[in-house]
Amino acid sequence: MTNLLTTITVLPAIGALVALLSGKRAIRTASVFSLASLALAMRIWFLLDFDGKMSLVERSPWVPTLGIEYHLGVDGLGALMLILSALVTLMAVAASRKVTTNPGLYFALVLLLESGLMGTFTALNFFHWFLYWELSLIPAFFLIKLWGGANRGPAATQFFVYTMVGSVGLLLAFLALFVSTGTMDFEALAQLASLGTLEPMITAHLGPVALWLAVGVLLGFAVKVPLMPFHTWLPNTYAEAPTAITMLLTGAMSKMGVYGILRLALPIFGHQMAQMRGVLLTLAVLTVVAGAWAAVVQKDLKRVFAYSSVNHLGYCLLAIFAVCIPATGDPAVTLSRAAALDGVVLQMFNHGITAAAIFWFLALIQERSGGSLAIDGFGGLRKPAPILAGMMGIALFSSLGLPGLNGFVSEFLIFRGIFPLAWQAATVAVLGLLITAAVILTVIQKVFAGPVAEKWAAFPDMNRAERFGLAPILTLMLMLGLGPQLILSVVNPTVVHWLAGWRF
Amino acid sequence: MDDSPVDLGQMVASCCLPWIVRNLWLIPAIPMVASGLIALLKQPYKRVSQTLAIGAMAFSFLLSLCAFSRVFLSWQAGTQTRYLFNFDWMAMGASSVQIGWLLDPLAAVMLVMVTFVGSLIFIYSTGYMAHDKNATRFFCFLSLFAGGMLGVIIANSLLLLFMCWEIVGLTSYLLIGFWYHKPSAAAAAKKAFLTTRIGDIFFLLGIVWLFAQTGTTLFYNYGAGAIEPAALTTLLGQGAGFGLTAATAIALLIFAGAAGKSGQLPLHVWLPDAMEGPTPVSALIHAATMVAAGVYLVARVYPLMAAGAGPGQTTVALTVVAWIGAATALFGALVAVAQNDIKRILAYSTVSQLGYMMVGLATGGVAVGMFHLITHAFFKALLFLGAGSVIHGCHEEQDIRNMGGLRKAMPLTYATYMVGMLALSGFPLIFSGFWSKDAIVGAAHSWVGSQGPFYMLLTGAVLTAFYMTRQIALVFFGSYRGHGHAHESPLVMTVPLAILAFFAVVLGVLGTPAWPWFTGFIESRPVPFDWAGFSEPGLLPLMAVATVLVFLGLGVGWSLYGAKQRKTAEELDPVEQAVPAVAGFLGNRMYFDELYEATVLRWYAWAAALAGWLDVRVWGGLVAAVALGFRGLGRANKAVDSDWIDGSFDKGCEELVTGGGLLAWMQAGRAPGYLRVLGLGVLVLAGIALVAASVTGQVRL
Repeated sequence: MTNLLTTITVLPAIGALVALLSGKRAIRTASVFSLASLALAMRIWFLLDFDGKMSLVERSPWVPTLGIEYHLGVDGLGALMLILSALVTLMAVAASRKVTTNPGLYFALVLLLESGLMGTFTALNFFHWFLYWELSLIPAFFLIKLWGGANRGPAATQFFVYTMVGSVGLLLAFLALFVSTGTMDFEALAQLASLGTLEPMITAHLGPVALWLAVGVLLGFAVKVPLMPFHTWLPNTYAEAPTAITMLLTGAMSKMGVYGILRLALPIFGHQMAQMRGVLLTLAVLTVVAGAWAAVVQKDLKRVFAYSSVNHLGYCLLAIFAVCIPATGDPAVTLSRAAALDGVVLQMFNHGITAAAIFWFLALIQERSGGSLAIDGFGGLRKPAPILAGMMGIALFSSLGLPGLNGFVSEFLIFRGIFPLAWQAATVAVLGLLITAAVILTVIQKVFAGPVAEKWAAFPDMNRAERFGLAPILTLMLMLGLGPQLILSVVNPTVVHWLAGWRF
Repeated sequence: MDDSPVDLGQMVASCCLPWIVRNLWLIPAIPMVASGLIALLKQPYKRVSQTLAIGAMAFSFLLSLCAFSRVFLSWQAGTQTRYLFNFDWMAMGASSVQIGWLLDPLAAVMLVMVTFVGSLIFIYSTGYMAHDKNATRFFCFLSLFAGGMLGVIIANSLLLLFMCWEIVGLTSYLLIGFWYHKPSAAAAAKKAFLTTRIGDIFFLLGIVWLFAQTGTTLFYNYGAGAIEPAALTTLLGQGAGFGLTAATAIALLIFAGAAGKSGQLPLHVWLPDAMEGPTPVSALIHAATMVAAGVYLVARVYPLMAAGAGPGQTTVALTVVAWIGAATALFGALVAVAQNDIKRILAYSTVSQLGYMMVGLATGGVAVGMFHLITHAFFKALLFLGAGSVIHGCHEEQDIRNMGGLRKAMPLTYATYMVGMLALSGFPLIFSGFWSKDAIVGAAHSWVGSQGPFYMLLTGAVLTAFYMTRQIALVFFGSYRGHGHAHESPLVMTVPLAILAFFAVVLGVLGTPAWPWFTGFIESRPVPFDWAGFSEPGLLPLMAVATVLVFLGLGVGWSLYGAKQRKTAEELDPVEQAVPAVAGFLGNRMYFDELYEATVLRWYAWAAALAGWLDVRVWGGLVAAVALGFRGLGRANKAVDSDWIDGSFDKGCEELVTGGGLLAWMQAGRAPGYLRVLGLGVLVLAGIALVAASVTGQVRL
């Protein structure tokens, strides 16, 4: 099994073909293939070395004259994202069992999307990385466009156009890099950057545009994550997408942006990002605080959690931008940077499973309410549906950052890291924790507490299948909350390895 | 840890640790596991859930006794009384995040108190919640609470303490909102969680700051802990702006967390509302244990609070604690005078007493504050459970104006309530509250900072005696003004009352000036019995003054409410008659809630509206403007490249306007134009970002 990474990328694509042909039984196909992907991702995780370097590397020349090489590899971050993608896909498939219109195409697109995700998280050469990056976009577009809510058309378009605009920035920047250096390999470019020769090379070929290239790259990721003010596509898209697809969007696809910053932007353009640090930090704080605050005024549960997602990923961006400082060799600073980056990677995973779980619960509520998710339309649901209230409560408190559950650890590490590096940003951003708590408790209060409305008196509780589907995810939240070392044992060496190689 | 001597010391110390120290985690873990098991039980399994919860709590109590005796024996033998168990929790860079637990006299007394009072309240709850359909869930939350609280007590790491602290906050939230179908309960639960979280946000900042500066969250680690001398010296040497040292700033941030949990001004607003929860919850969580966690936290980080003070000096942090505590003590007592809900009076009384404890810590040290915490836990739990019994007996009535004459109908409740009331009022000599409160008043008197807190506490003492007299006069004396017939509660409820009453009296023995056992134990030094303790200068006159003030409060209270009993529920209160403006001001809780409504909550709503507006109008508008630019560009394109742009372009533009429908336009096969447009769009957005950047001076253009 030397081609594990190629296999995990191709496997879902094969699954997509099979699903397309299996018609009404497509969900079974999709379940089997996403389960197999998860197993494979776990295998990859356990094969990783604890030295933090790229493992399971596959390289073969492709178009050498254009600097294109088939180059795959994963470190702690990549492998964790593979697990997350597989897990969230599996959850999304399970949450899609009510899809009746053209299930073959639906599940084929879901698996194709997974394939794009796997490719993005393993590719180390811009050429095919970019292909996967775009490949994941197309199935998402059609899933929203064909199975979405009432305003799905404009939402799908908005989603597509925005992400494309961002992608163009990426593309142009990497073309410029290729022109300047003759390579599009991430590791080679990072090497040049850490030697300090990248910027002179760019300047020699194209003039003093390195900063602009960094902006172009960041733009692509800023849209995807998103960073305010490049987020306006997100609420519409999350709200209009079928809820299972929103799980994929927020659980896995939003991580592509953070991943991109960690894998491409920081190692290659770290120096330029350090120059823009003040602006970037300001925008990240804005994302954290305004994202949380905008959630307060939303009337639709999906929109509430869409903004809440913006807020949660804002912490990742905040921490990443905070570590963009010239390396001083001071061990205290290095430790803070490591804490922040450990927190970022952990937060990516934690937010992935928690947000996906919350949207899954929303899907369950939506099925029972006849499609409505208006926040004021419920009340007292805890009485007819105590298990739903209890289980969703766990996911909500995980999102709130309750210690003992997963979200707390990553947020703690992030704040531990950024406080010494950017205490002003940290001090303002903690407001986000408070507002998020207010938002989530308000949701619980309005949906689950109070007298039960007559029309919901017979609101069906979760059935056995739903309980058994979600229980493992909730257990995982608890396990990671108590034993974050499960993930950090692999991620921390990766982070240490990065920090040893970066010179800003 | 690459510091090998420390490592060695740690190894030696941990291999010789007594069994109970190595397994101290069981004390919080057992109730937590019980809670998890109960969570899986369905509603009808009430008995099983009760048995599990009480069994777990009793087991934890036994282990706590073990732990206590371990420390006690070490103290008697004159050896070390602090045992640590630390371990790596997670990797972080080249280092790791360590957490751990500790056993010292402070933790030991708290463990015994919480598990003992907790067990009694659990037993009482089986009676109180007998008719509640959801009692299974109740015991689940109660057990989880106990686990969290015990975790706070044994934590040897600020991080672990914070984690358990938040779990305690969660259970408090769940239990206040236990009757979730009542909108008021749901609102009170949310208010409690959010108000305490305001404090917790500061607390969290304090933790990360301390962690960043000292490299550890452990309190003690054989010299390398965050509140041990080496770390404190570092912290004292660092400035934090405003003339504060880092030590002071961190201490104040941590105190903000403590203030939130312990209902100190101005974060007290949630505690009275928390009375929406079932009464055993009010007794256990909102009187005896959880609200005391803030006091315990201050006691735990006392070396940090007092860092830099020589003998006969105080610190900025302790001065803040003293003044906030004194203000809270006086405030709570004042407001309690004008409340009519039996539980709310007790709630404000709790707020007030927590203020006393804070002053005790700040002016007299750990033992002074903690002794009042322990005695208060017993007599306040007793009062709350007594109030629960009264409410139960009066058919869920909580307004004291609708009670009266209950001493005949509920003799056992009456007798025990009187004990609690006298202990709270500080009735001389026989009751524990006298000794613990007197120690605080004495400490405040001899405090070097200011005499202000001392006088505030004395005023508070008069008021305490007064409002408690008012309460018992209206509840137990006169004639019954309620509906139906009041009845005594079952034995399962009254026996815990009797046990608590017993301790509300005898605990005083442990803290008299002649034999200050408690202080000696906490500070790990021998305590000889010596009557000369009373002859300390100024002590007896102070006691005399305190006694006179207590009698003043009792006397005035009785003359206003006891001697002249109200006949009907509607009659005006004597205080209301005499000074209606003052009574109104106090009755409305000094308008704190209204103040917050008009300020913080309004700002919050405004900020949220602003964020929503920015999103729709500004950020969305920015995008619309860019899209409009695309459209203009498209038109220009048409003029230039009309040979490959077909007639459907205008339709495309329309779609663009209506739905941001760039895609439809693109899909019509105009890829080169599309790329050009996108390329320009990128430049525009990048330009915006760069202009923004250059304005703030962060980028060299």
